[in-house]
Amino acid sequence: MPNSPVPLTYYLTLSAILFMIGAAGFIIRRNIITVFMSIELMLNAVNLTFVTFSYQFRQVDGHIYSFFVMVVAAAEAAVGLAIILTVFKNRSTLTIDDVSSMKN
Amino acid sequence: MDLILFIIFAMFAVASALGLILQTHPINSALSLIGVMGSLAVLYLLLGAEFIAAAQLVVYAGAIMVLFLFVIMLLNAGEERNPWKAPAVAYIGGPVVIFLIGAFVYLINFTLPPMRSVSFGDFTGGGPREIGMAIFTKYLLPFEVTSVLILIAIVGAMVLARKEID
Repeated sequence: MPNSPVPLTYYLTLSAILFMIGAAGFIIRRNIITVFMSIELMLNAVNLTFVTFSYQFRQVDGHIYSFFVMVVAAAEAAVGLAIILTVFKNRSTLTIDDVSSMKN
Repeated sequence: MDLILFIIFAMFAVASALGLILQTHPINSALSLIGVMGSLAVLYLLLGAEFIAAAQLVVYAGAIMVLFLFVIMLLNAGEERNPWKAPAVAYIGGPVVIFLIGAFVYLINFTLPPMRSVSFGDFTGGGPREIGMAIFTKYLLPFEVTSVLILIAIVGAMVLARKEID
């Protein structure tokens, strides 16, 4: 099958699967860094959806949104990892079950 | 050829994503996430998004993941303690995730109007020239606000990493 085109729904399906895997990782993992990486995985899945719809409508706008998501993810990673560093400095743990001072 | 490339890299992405959430050591999870990002960059190229593919590799797989690996090694994060502690999550969560994936697949494949098919080189509006034109004309204000956001993030990260907080 030379040059058989790919339906766009395949891309959307892949994006949904990646998003759900990221959401599952966000819930089941206990390590705070891995939870954070699951969030990045979900952001990547949404980026794929933006670029896919950009292809469908022959517009460049989806690429711009995807670019902004990347920038916000970079800022979020910087602040989030600083928070993780502070938590580790104060509590010497990376398990989210042990960081529960807002619970009571 | 397009379909073959898509299937190869889609399967690689899904396998790496599963590796991300199933491996217990954070370093292995981070390397799996780099695999996901690299294969997504290839899929962006197939969609004609050249600039986004390059930015994906440089910003995500380069900068952000280096930050993650740096923090993991700095904190000497080891194996996760009893990752499957909550059995309810393990027994209910799996079927729920599979059900939600099935619902998404149904919605995408049976309720959307007919969509295009992707063949490589068909859409060429994703190069740096078009992105630059859109950013600096139509999206100029969000772009400038983004720089303010990054400034705030830098200051916030410095403050957080410096001060002792109880």
